[in-house]
Amino acid sequence: MNDKLVISSSPHIRTVESVQSVMIDVLVALFPVALISVLLFGYQALVIMLIAIASAMLAEAAWLRKLDFFGDGSAAVTGLLLAMTLPASAPWWLVMIGSVSAIIIGKQVFGGVGHNIFNPALVGRAILVISWGGHMAGNVWPVPKPFAFTADISAVTTATPLAGTEQALNTTLSQLFIGNVAGSLGETSALALLVGAFWLLYKGHIDWRIPGGFIGTVFIMGAALGEGFYYNQLLTGLFHVLAGGVLLGALFMATDMVTSPVTNRGKLIFGAGCGLMTMLIRLFGVFPEGVTYAILLMNALTPVIDNFTLPKKFGEVKRSA
Amino acid sequence: MGSAAFRGGVHPHYRKELTASLAITSMPPPAKVVIPLQQHIGAPAESLVKIGDQLLLGQKIGDSKGFVSAPVHASVSGTVVAVGPYNHPLGRKVEAITIQSDGLDTWHGEVKPAGSLDLMTPEQIRGLIREAGLVGMGGATFPTHVKLAPPAEKPIDTVIINGAECEPYLTADHRMMLEKPGDIIFGLKVMMKVLGASRGIIGIESNKPDALRVMKQAVEGEAEISVVSLHTKYPQGAEKMLIYVTTKRKVPSGGLPMDVGVVNHNVGTAIALAEVIKEGKPLIQRVVTVTGEGVIRPANLMVRIGTLVSDLLSFCGGLRETTRKLINGGPMMGLALAGEDIPVIKGTSGILALTDDDVDLARQRTCIKCAKCVSVCPVNLAPTFIAQAAEHSLIQRADKLHAADCIECGCCAFICPARIPLTQWIRLAKADILDRRKQQQK
Ligand code: SF4
Ligand code: SF4
Repeated sequence: MNDKLVISSSPHIRTVESVQSVMIDVLVALFPVALISVLLFGYQALVIMLIAIASAMLAEAAWLRKLDFFGDGSAAVTGLLLAMTLPASAPWWLVMIGSVSAIIIGKQVFGGVGHNIFNPALVGRAILVISWGGHMAGNVWPVPKPFAFTADISAVTTATPLAGTEQALNTTLSQLFIGNVAGSLGETSALALLVGAFWLLYKGHIDWRIPGGFIGTVFIMGAALGEGFYYNQLLTGLFHVLAGGVLLGALFMATDMVTSPVTNRGKLIFGAGCGLMTMLIRLFGVFPEGVTYAILLMNALTPVIDNFTLPKKFGEVKRSA
Repeated sequence: MGSAAFRGGVHPHYRKELTASLAITSMPPPAKVVIPLQQHIGAPAESLVKIGDQLLLGQKIGDSKGFVSAPVHASVSGTVVAVGPYNHPLGRKVEAITIQSDGLDTWHGEVKPAGSLDLMTPEQIRGLIREAGLVGMGGATFPTHVKLAPPAEKPIDTVIINGAECEPYLTADHRMMLEKPGDIIFGLKVMMKVLGASRGIIGIESNKPDALRVMKQAVEGEAEISVVSLHTKYPQGAEKMLIYVTTKRKVPSGGLPMDVGVVNHNVGTAIALAEVIKEGKPLIQRVVTVTGEGVIRPANLMVRIGTLVSDLLSFCGGLRETTRKLINGGPMMGLALAGEDIPVIKGTSGILALTDDDVDLARQRTCIKCAKCVSVCPVNLAPTFIAQAAEHSLIQRADKLHAADCIECGCCAFICPARIPLTQWIRLAKADILDRRKQQQK
């Protein structure tokens, strides 16, 4: 018999998509917000992103003892996502520590991509917040200077809009939408985040249910329970959606494939849970922001959610009539 | 008339343009045919001949007493030169009868028209179908007379003819619809008569507008028969999907189409049935699409059952150097062949040669839980979890996850970016589960 022939089980053709191409699509989706962050915070933003990506890839290559730095692309995604959660003022060593912990503690100790329970980038961020809170706290965020190309790191007085009601009142919603507010690299421009997320939706890499559940819950709880930043409760809800890390979290962190449920109902529950926890922390907790911990907590519940929401098999309900 | 859509499914490259415009031509009978005694689901047939026997075309050479079984017939006239195990598309060796052709194609005397359809009872028609060795020609190869004999408590009101041909590359059904619409409708009417069904539906995917047009013309004036255009989406032709989109009935999990009053047959089966009634011809040939970038001259061929793939391929100009995979059937559900010394059987809808460019040998990675397999599964399973369970031999968990419901369509493995052979794992789990159930019944 012919030994050139490959014998394997059907199907014999495969989609062109690979783990690597999916990860590259995620990087592409983050491009708009990366660009905006450079426009707002200057070259420092670019430096932070590059350090974060490089140290993530190096840490992974070193751990796996492989020279293929890009690999499946997931390390680069983790690095860039972590950078998105850092302020432009973050020193280089902080970025490196965050990135390396994201890869090693967030991912590799669990057995590598696919086996991790928690979103690696958020693990990295959580470690930084706990250990170097001063560098991560709201009162040192640089003020964005559109098109200045270098941020004035000394002018760091503006708090993020969530830190207090007075500043919040001064921040108009439209500023939040376009991104001209203080915040971490990726938290500023809702517009850029949405553009990237729509690309991922279009490619079928994320499902609307997670961001939908997340953002929907934040909006409803913000409108119902938020202390009237505005005369209009709906605007208060909108404010909670646009301010801080909700959009970045809902569109890019909670949708991390590995650490979110695979079932449709599970995704909705997971998203709503993230929103609920975020708002509980924001409204009743000690921190002004709760997205990171909300998502990490829901990550831990993912296997349980999956188990309870397995899809109904075809024909389980006899005759749909 | 459009149709509903089923959930899930994928859109592979169809590549039907390689052969869609090529009319069916007859391949001259080969010098030698190898006819396996098992070409169907059910009990294998037993040989009725021995080495040295002189056979006529259409003579019965193997049969079984089992109800779920089908006889086989000589597809050339000539001499029996071997009876014994031979390579089979399924991968193992199966008892087969090798006939050296005398090149004369002398018909056996029993092959003659059966008489007027109107005078025949359903029993008689079923008997003729059984004797002719008809099986499902879409690839499932379930004996046709069994499908046409549902138990009395399951009345059938609808017969569906499957002209979806959703497998990429294959165009045999497409060509038959263009070239023999009358026989398809005749065959459908016979089925409806046998089953006492009042409604006939012919489902065709929308990527075959010419077939839709031809079939619609052919059913004009037939009040009981309709032609339905189906969305072009794999696996549109899968039994449960086809029934759902054309009748809105869902075959219950673990059930059969007859549970919802439906029986469906492939277009090839309908034509073969028409030939049984009109001419008394047993199933000795079928249309095979020989295609793929690896084939020098792709074609739709009328081929004798038992023709060796090697003869078929040399008739088509041979294979290109770059051929890496040879498949009996389509790329989504077909069987990879170990070589060319394997016969065409009743269920061979195509012989497909894929090249280096088509065969993905990428390394398998760990599941990234992207959920794509879950969203494409047409029967709503969670393939990633079943495969995981199967990998760890957790058969009970696989069963709880409804692995037995898998229709083995291949969508999950097709879409998986981590290249996990999901379908293969689930197939294994399914086989284990069914084995266990059988043992428990004993
Ligand atoms: S498609 Fe593959 S990688 Fe994605 S969830 Fe399913 S098994 Fe995992
Ligand atoms: S689990 Fe079975 S039915 Fe579902 S997509 Fe995979 S092969 Fe098809």
